[in-house]
Amino acid sequence: MMHRACIALLFVAVAAHAQHDHAAPATPVTATSPHVPPDPPAHLPEPMTPAQMVSMMQMDDAAAFGSVTFDELEWREHDDAFAWKAMARYGGDYNALVLKTEGESASDSHSRNELLWDRAVARWWNLQAGIRYDEGAGPSRTWAAIGIEGLAPWWIDFEATLYIGDQGRSAVRLEARHDVRFTQRLLLQPLVEMNAYGKDDLERAVGSGLSDVTAGLRLRYEFNRQFAPYMGVHWNHLFGSTADLASAEGRDKGEVQFVAGLRVWF
Amino acid sequence: MIHSRRRFVQGVAGAAGLLVLPRFAMTALQAARGSVLSGTQFDLEIGELPVNYTGAARTAVAVNAQVPGPQLRWRQGEEVTIRVTNRLAVSTSIHWHGLIVPADMDGVPGISFHGIAPGETFTYRFRVNQSGTYWYHAHSRFQEQVGLYGSIVVEPRDGERHRADREHVLLLSDWTDRDPEQLYRALKVHPGIFNYGKRTVADFAHDVDTRGWSATMAERSMWNRMRMDPTDLADVSGHVYTYLINGQTPAGNWSATFGRGERVRLRIINGSSMTFFDVRIPGLQMTVVAADGQDVEPVSVDEFRISPAETYDVIVTPADDRPYTFFAQSMDRSGYARATLTPRPGLEAAVPAMDVRDTLSMADMGMTHGGMDHGAHAGHSMTMATHAPAEHGPGVDMTVDMPSTRLDDPGVGLRNNGRRVLTYADLHSLGGPIDARAPAREIELHLTGHMERFLWSFNGEKFSEAEPLRFRYGERLRIVLVNDSMMTHPIHLHGMWSEVESPDSAFQVRKHTVTVQPAQRLSYLVTADALGRWAYHCHLLYHMEAGMFREVIVAADAKVRA
Repeated sequence: MMHRACIALLFVAVAAHAQHDHAAPATPVTATSPHVPPDPPAHLPEPMTPAQMVSMMQMDDAAAFGSVTFDELEWREHDDAFAWKAMARYGGDYNALVLKTEGESASDSHSRNELLWDRAVARWWNLQAGIRYDEGAGPSRTWAAIGIEGLAPWWIDFEATLYIGDQGRSAVRLEARHDVRFTQRLLLQPLVEMNAYGKDDLERAVGSGLSDVTAGLRLRYEFNRQFAPYMGVHWNHLFGSTADLASAEGRDKGEVQFVAGLRVWF
Repeated sequence: MIHSRRRFVQGVAGAAGLLVLPRFAMTALQAARGSVLSGTQFDLEIGELPVNYTGAARTAVAVNAQVPGPQLRWRQGEEVTIRVTNRLAVSTSIHWHGLIVPADMDGVPGISFHGIAPGETFTYRFRVNQSGTYWYHAHSRFQEQVGLYGSIVVEPRDGERHRADREHVLLLSDWTDRDPEQLYRALKVHPGIFNYGKRTVADFAHDVDTRGWSATMAERSMWNRMRMDPTDLADVSGHVYTYLINGQTPAGNWSATFGRGERVRLRIINGSSMTFFDVRIPGLQMTVVAADGQDVEPVSVDEFRISPAETYDVIVTPADDRPYTFFAQSMDRSGYARATLTPRPGLEAAVPAMDVRDTLSMADMGMTHGGMDHGAHAGHSMTMATHAPAEHGPGVDMTVDMPSTRLDDPGVGLRNNGRRVLTYADLHSLGGPIDARAPAREIELHLTGHMERFLWSFNGEKFSEAEPLRFRYGERLRIVLVNDSMMTHPIHLHGMWSEVESPDSAFQVRKHTVTVQPAQRLSYLVTADALGRWAYHCHLLYHMEAGMFREVIVAADAKVRA
């Protein structure tokens, strides 16, 4: 008993700070069960930094993870094109580096590539800021990007990004998609995307205003949640002065094509 | 064929196909009856062990080359010495779950001690002052998930309160062939990945058909605007888990014998990492006599839910000369564990079909208007909740403004199922509280998280973001838990008992692990009579790793808010 009290005092001494205002410990009264409080610890681990503690506990709730997701990795019937839309992410719960790339490899290959810092700012929304680089279909363009990505009501994945380029160029891109579940493995994904530009960029056959709208409908089968082949339709249509430019060049203003591909992440 | 056999072994298929035991199950059956170690001196060796539960060769972390580890049988009042040697390549630890031991013997690396380094032997020594059913498990990363757990039975100094002719320990667990690190990463990247019970277009059509268009749309609208999933009952499911009893798969069918008319005490321990089990023995009433090792007023039930880390002792009296199936289905009905109680070895009884998978209801959202579809309303109390600023940040996906106590709510999947289901309102510890003082202080903690980010916390702060909780040595305090999430969380305070209160603040039951249902507000009293540093966390292992953890410091000079 004496021994225990000594250790208790030692603990108090070790734990004590500048203020010596600790009251005498109150003893539990009228214990009706045979509960016996534990002896004070005989050995105390020396003070540790949070980092040391996390490493000793092997419990790191702020660890970073990396992932790569190909939402679309597909063959498009028209022009026999190969197209992709992918996202790579590395980071923790609140901050991450995100690489987005989307494009088509055909007679006129083109891609949109964005490197963004992604920060969780609200319950369902992340703020994303970084750079965008467009390649193909004319001279390359570089933009500063800022936007939001998140989950809208009714489980709609939504992205809205504003881009500012050189020579006073600006652009807006919106995208929304949703999964309709027929069974636990068979899902239909409707998708809508639209682009608008602040001014004409004739070298890239882009006119100011709403330039194009893309809609997709992809039916996938999830062999597991990481591997899902799909097929579907991909519709896109040009609008406004962009459509006029296409007509002038003898190109179609819109097309509907069959697609087949793979949705995969790892 | 391989696939169907795998499903069968996991216990997701019915028992109709039970004709031939797979060979590996037979060998496992012979190998792992489990050993019992008793006395006061113990030598435990933690090492890797090749195992095969599903047809796939895997490596478990075992104690004395057994999964579960050997049962430790102690006597109340004795001092035990346990020398634990680490034969792994990584650090390890053993925590004595539910046993009140000195802080440096509690086995939490970084809090109680430094952990046990590879090749090192750590000696635990403490007096066992309590009796009952407990368990031990690793407190190092995912070692508990891969096999480092075992049962502890402490025989009371003056004999058991309830006479039994024989007793059996049933230790439930969840095994995965996948690397737990991979599972954790998968949950972080795509949190719904293991849920194969999501709502479909067909469910919608069915609901419209049975409930009508407007009622269905109103219900869907509510969930979909909140962006919450009413089918989100388990983060890790039978899709990747095989549920075990004493290390046996459902096909392995762990069996225990009884004599007709005998009183048989079953010590049931949930040693799983992520699985809530709903336990019943068709044809037998179970009389619950202890919860978390603490004797309770006996209560007879048909079924009870056991959360990870909880233990229940029940007494059954099989009257017929026939086998009975011990059936433990996971809360999300994605699989089950199964064992057999039989008068003679080799017999087995029918295995019931799993219940239909339930969905979360309005009650689970803290909304009582419209759809509180469980009958019991007695003992309810509703309180307006206020939330910490961090709960309105990006790390928390919902808050509950009107949580209710509803101790008498058996929980999702067990409401109105026609069986007598145990609830916390039925549990009354014998002998009263350990401390009759009224609490002088109250600490309110909200159980928070974000499903889409797979992030878990208290008050919107992960372990790495939060200051330790400070208890003043000797004080009696009230902890109020408000569950601001759509998941059920078993909350475990190390070193001190959690004495759960009834809605009118009367002592109810003494526990080491307290289950809090979605939108529930539950309180318990704690006597801070354990000096030192302690762990306090959700006992869903992947929630703990994701941040649902706090350190508690009990010190005489603790600066606490009144």
